[in-house]
Amino acid sequence: MTFELLTFFFFSAVLVFASAMVITIRNPVKAALFLVLAFFSAACLWVLLEAEFLGIVLILVYVGAVMVLFLFVVMMLDVNLARMREGFGEYLPMGAIVAILMVAEMAIVLGSGEFSLANMPQPAGHPEGYSNTKELGRLIYTVYVYPFEIAALILLVAIVAAIALTLRKRPNTKHQNTAQQIQVKRSDRVRLVKMPSEKKPEN
Amino acid sequence: MIPLSYFLILGAILFALSVMGIFLNRKNVVILLMSIELMLLAVNMNFIAFSHYLQDISGQIMVFFILTVAAAESAIGLAILITLFRRRQTINVDDLDTLKG
Repeated sequence: MTFELLTFFFFSAVLVFASAMVITIRNPVKAALFLVLAFFSAACLWVLLEAEFLGIVLILVYVGAVMVLFLFVVMMLDVNLARMREGFGEYLPMGAIVAILMVAEMAIVLGSGEFSLANMPQPAGHPEGYSNTKELGRLIYTVYVYPFEIAALILLVAIVAAIALTLRKRPNTKHQNTAQQIQVKRSDRVRLVKMPSEKKPEN
Repeated sequence: MIPLSYFLILGAILFALSVMGIFLNRKNVVILLMSIELMLLAVNMNFIAFSHYLQDISGQIMVFFILTVAAAESAIGLAILITLFRRRQTINVDDLDTLKG
């Protein structure tokens, strides 16, 4: 067993274990943390497949941003865990049957030798000085430039939608209205009162 | 030397696990979102494996776009979740039956 195969088995074992924990663990915070572990092992596997840029992006963007967002939301929501677990076992046999059937079917198709090393040999390594990031960038800014711009637009829409959904105006908050303060005139604030002069007290 | 089929079977196992997660955690919207993330990860794994073995970097670009869309999806999903929780004080799927006829 080569070192490559050994690392593959190690990372995939961690990945499968972490994803199994994500779907079965009781506490959503722990589930999010196991999802982080799953993403991390997947990133290691991607680096093993010579997709270095995407592996690092997965860690930076997914673990660094999306999962932290998940953790924030999970910790913010006050979820009743006991109620969430009702009927957990109810769908377990059904789900397990579907999952096992899916894996078995895929294993039959994929293990048939069509995708074995004989038919799909491990490609030769890249020449010295090859950069995965450079290649990706070259393709993104030439062939895939329009999809790239659409992706940027999708992100913009996501920002606007997320802010529009969660922004709320609270009533009865005490805040200054600067425009009103600036527009104020002397006559609004000062009132001159005419009074008759009073008699001097006698003593 | 790792055969391509190993990576594909790993992707299939991941996908099946996340399908099972959707079956199991039918009440908790947060875990449902996490299962969807796992599914996308499984698909991305296949893309990258094929991209490596066919020596075609376009597969990696596809993964790049999938990651973008998945990030947008989870951001909006979590925003909807927060709005939901603010209104109903629950994220239990069973309580969200206003649309039920």
